[in-house]
Amino acid sequence: MEDNLAVHVDGLTKYYGDLLAVDHIHFDVKKGGIFGFLGPNGAGKTTTIRMLCGLLKPSDGKANVAGFDIQKEIVEVKGRIGVVPEISNLYDELTSLENLIFMCRLYGVPKSQREKRAEALLQLFRLEGKRDALFSSLSKGMKRSLTIAAALVHEPSLIFLDEPTSGLDVVSARNLRTIIKQLHQRGTTIFLTTHNIEEANLLCHRIAVIVKGKIIVVDTPEALKKSVQEKLMVELGMENPNLPNLLDSIKAFDGVDTVSRRQDRFVTGFKGDPPWGPFLQYLQDRGISVTSVNTLQPTMEDAFVKITGLDREMMMMEKEGKKG
Amino acid sequence: MTISSELKAIYFISLKDIKSYYFKPPNISWGIIFPMAMALAFYLRNPARMIDLVPGLLGMTILFGSTSMEAVVITFERRVGSFERLLLAPVSLAGVLIGKIIGGAFFGFVVSSAVLVASLFVFSFPNFDLIRLIPSLILSSMAFSALGGFISVAVKEVFEAQTLANLFRFPMIFLSGVFIPIETLPLPVRVISYFLPLTYSAESLRNSLLIPRSIIPYWISIFILAAFSLVLYWSSVRVLRRRLG
Repeated sequence: MEDNLAVHVDGLTKYYGDLLAVDHIHFDVKKGGIFGFLGPNGAGKTTTIRMLCGLLKPSDGKANVAGFDIQKEIVEVKGRIGVVPEISNLYDELTSLENLIFMCRLYGVPKSQREKRAEALLQLFRLEGKRDALFSSLSKGMKRSLTIAAALVHEPSLIFLDEPTSGLDVVSARNLRTIIKQLHQRGTTIFLTTHNIEEANLLCHRIAVIVKGKIIVVDTPEALKKSVQEKLMVELGMENPNLPNLLDSIKAFDGVDTVSRRQDRFVTGFKGDPPWGPFLQYLQDRGISVTSVNTLQPTMEDAFVKITGLDREMMMMEKEGKKG
Repeated sequence: MTISSELKAIYFISLKDIKSYYFKPPNISWGIIFPMAMALAFYLRNPARMIDLVPGLLGMTILFGSTSMEAVVITFERRVGSFERLLLAPVSLAGVLIGKIIGGAFFGFVVSSAVLVASLFVFSFPNFDLIRLIPSLILSSMAFSALGGFISVAVKEVFEAQTLANLFRFPMIFLSGVFIPIETLPLPVRVISYFLPLTYSAESLRNSLLIPRSIIPYWISIFILAAFSLVLYWSSVRVLRRRLG
């Protein structure tokens, strides 16, 4: 494995009985980056993360995490990674501070540093006020924050986050994204699974798209978006958008491929580079005055739909009965 | 990871369980009150021979003390997800389970020691031998806690664990010589009693407190209790490893 890699996966496979959950996947995660594992529910994201963390035994293939083989040196791997499972699963009967101290003990944090580190994490996650509150009494967002804090007690170089913002309100989700960015700025490698396309777009430097246990593509969000851009799309604002036959007039220009109306604006697709001078002159000759031109970039959603053939609604479906 | 870090993790897992689960009023009452109630029922029937019941009573206290929580704790933690925290930590599965089992065994040992101390004020034991008593209490606690651990990993739901634990515990009370000497049991029942850990616990405690008997010699009881502990622990690790996939 190369020195600059935090994770190297080679043909990893998992069967549950006859069901093939993860199908011979290959990918690398570079140190210091935010790597997103994007896919609909049931695609194999959690199974993959559980194999990489040593919670599941792979049926086939190899993986190296934080420099250690997951099959032969899993205790070494566990000591060097932080894992935030999909469910916030600290101990209900312990307080926030007690949970963090217990995690410090499990991960071998020296006694002299345990309390200091736990307090610092409570402060980082704005949970100082809940220091002595039982985990069971915290809100969903606070439980999620404390679970992430618990994964950081031993200052791991690589952290796995399984659907970190799933089930959270907008403010809590935004706070968590800020914390994920802060962790990245500190040099922590982040591996996150998500079924939220926008979250992957906002946070990740590289994204692997997984569907039905297979990785379809691994690339940067920009490259993924660019890969699905077949024609230039612009949004035209008009001074007089209600002129009769406006749509047909625009479409009649040689070089325009598609036109559609979006409220008072016209989304126009060109075949190749748009001939701006003749096009604007053509419109002016017909009494159409353009007030604004906005170039439209393909979104991650466009890219995802194009790459996977799945629609957005299918991605955004929450798992039934999921707990926080 | 070193042996020292594994041992420390085992210690902290036990300590957390002891603080969080064991020394809580419901568990203490179940561990002590039930064996006491059974003993009282037999005492009222035959007050003169109460001293003969003390070794069995101690064994039963360890059985109920060690298994009442141990038999459900892993099932419960797996159900709510917190067991996964331990599986994610840099400690082996065998280490996690021994930590859990030591927690239950410690509680069984402490509760039975309390009952023993109380009984010293009431009875004068003819053959009180602390050197024999301590290994007997420790190994009984380990064997019963390992039994609880095995039950806990063998089932999926807490109620199943409780049912299975009672399926083991209640027949053991009557088939292991706690109240009825095994030598007086009919032969087929006596054969069953030789497969039950409480038989060896009660017999080793009897040999440490009362007149030594040769039905099952002390060292054989001790050896068999150690074997029960190891086999049940090893089985628990195997079952849990298979269940976790």
